[in-house]
Amino acid sequence: MRETMGLDEPMLIQYRDYMLNVLRGDFGKSYSYNKPVLELIAGRIPNTLLLALPAIGIALLIGLVIGVLSAVNQGSWFDYVFMMLALVGVSMPIFWMGLMLVLLFSVNLGWLPAIGMGSAAKGIGNVIRHMILPCFCLSTIPTATFARITRSSILESIHGDAIRALRARGIREAIVVWKYALKSALPPIVTVLGLQLASCFAGAILTETIFSWPGMGTLIVGAIDNRDYALIQGAVLVIALAFVVINMIVDVVYMMINPKVSYEGGK
Amino acid sequence: MEKKLGLDQQSQEEIVKRERKANSAWNKLKRNKTAMMGLVVICIMVLGALLAPVITGGKPNEIHPVDAYLKFFEKGHIFGTDEFGRDLFTRICYGARVSLLVAVGATIVGGFFGVALGLISGYAGGVIDSVIMRIMDGLLAFPFILMSIILMTVLGSGIFNVILAIGIAEIPRFARVVRGQVLIVKQEEYCNAGKVIGISHPRMVIFHILPNTVSEVIVYATLNIASAIISEASLSFLGLGIELPTASWGSILRSGRDCLNTAPHIAAISGLFILLTVIGFNLLGDGIRDVLDPKMKK
Repeated sequence: MRETMGLDEPMLIQYRDYMLNVLRGDFGKSYSYNKPVLELIAGRIPNTLLLALPAIGIALLIGLVIGVLSAVNQGSWFDYVFMMLALVGVSMPIFWMGLMLVLLFSVNLGWLPAIGMGSAAKGIGNVIRHMILPCFCLSTIPTATFARITRSSILESIHGDAIRALRARGIREAIVVWKYALKSALPPIVTVLGLQLASCFAGAILTETIFSWPGMGTLIVGAIDNRDYALIQGAVLVIALAFVVINMIVDVVYMMINPKVSYEGGK
Repeated sequence: MEKKLGLDQQSQEEIVKRERKANSAWNKLKRNKTAMMGLVVICIMVLGALLAPVITGGKPNEIHPVDAYLKFFEKGHIFGTDEFGRDLFTRICYGARVSLLVAVGATIVGGFFGVALGLISGYAGGVIDSVIMRIMDGLLAFPFILMSIILMTVLGSGIFNVILAIGIAEIPRFARVVRGQVLIVKQEEYCNAGKVIGISHPRMVIFHILPNTVSEVIVYATLNIASAIISEASLSFLGLGIELPTASWGSILRSGRDCLNTAPHIAAISGLFILLTVIGFNLLGDGIRDVLDPKMKK
């Protein structure tokens, strides 16, 4: 047993072998599933993306609208109420919110299914019904974060000279806000978008556990319960890699939308 | 004439003193209503935790199977009881001890090592800076919760290990914040002056640079306690944190999850306490930031 798993080799040799295998696309074999780790992970990633991408999309849309409206109506009841809600949102333990959603919509009202992801065979509607609660849960913190960052970023740009000049030219207020102010407020929003997308991957660990969604999160938690180290290593490596790649993409996009930033000149 | 001037000077000094007092950080913070709301919430939670043996029966793990799943205010149990008939109010108060201890402990661990590394990295620069920051960047590649989960898997459960796991995961974040600040501070005139009169490096770092990074660290630490509370609850919720039967808000929530149908109040009340405390720390953190760094105020 020790020989077949290479456990009799020194630690460094084991590490070298593991890394060389990883470079060849071989993450080892999960002993609890008795399948190659990569195959398991590849099977779960689409499910996690199915939750994370719509969650981020919804969060970005709602967060931007709330943030812009709050900034434009600074000091109004709208601003006050929604910024208070945003504060509650960023402070929310999402696993608790998930449980409360299940309690309300599944246990008490019986409107939506509480666990699993349904089956595409029963129609796309079935999967969407299963997606509603976990997506909502996963999008809470990003929505609140987007709303807060958009508000402060718009406030900064709206008081700038460029926007005052546009107003002086008599351009309609709606166009000034939604086209020009929003455009110059984009860089911090893009930074946060990348961070939130990456942390959605991690946040999925809790959300997926609550809703028994068969994605990367439940895979990792299951692997930890079973002390399935090859699977834990593989899954962690993939998530960390996704984190790094997303951050890199954000850096590139950041440079494209904000010409002031340059990573070469060191400005 | 001289006498008049003396009086003027005295009254001027008084005015300056009064203004200084009014502009002191604490007085500014006192005027910030939301920050004060946060502080009140935190004080209530801390008092509840400290006075737990006085305001409750003092037996958070005492089992009364007959009284299981009592609702609010039934048989003198303010928050009802859990699946073993343990008084939920008592467990919430004792849970506050563990949750707050872990959050503050983890922030101290993360803060201590993070600040130290950030100071060294920012002050030394060059190769040392590169090496430390690349390691920190590597650690940052793991999302926070994932990092603590990995560490908990390695360390095993228990209060001390939870503090360590969350604390270690926080080190790179503190290091980054402090390093950024050190890079600004060390260019200041007084640091150059210090160099000219030949004060030693440790003296420069500890007495001249560190005090000027403190405000950033305080703001970050306050906000960080909020996220540490959530991290502890997440870990305990996943069964990796505090071992049962020790009460922590996360472990109460976990047991509440298993009986969501029969006794939803267990999960509801424990989560509500987590939410309120986190909001409290976030409000206070935002308030302190507004006071210490007016440029950030939006």
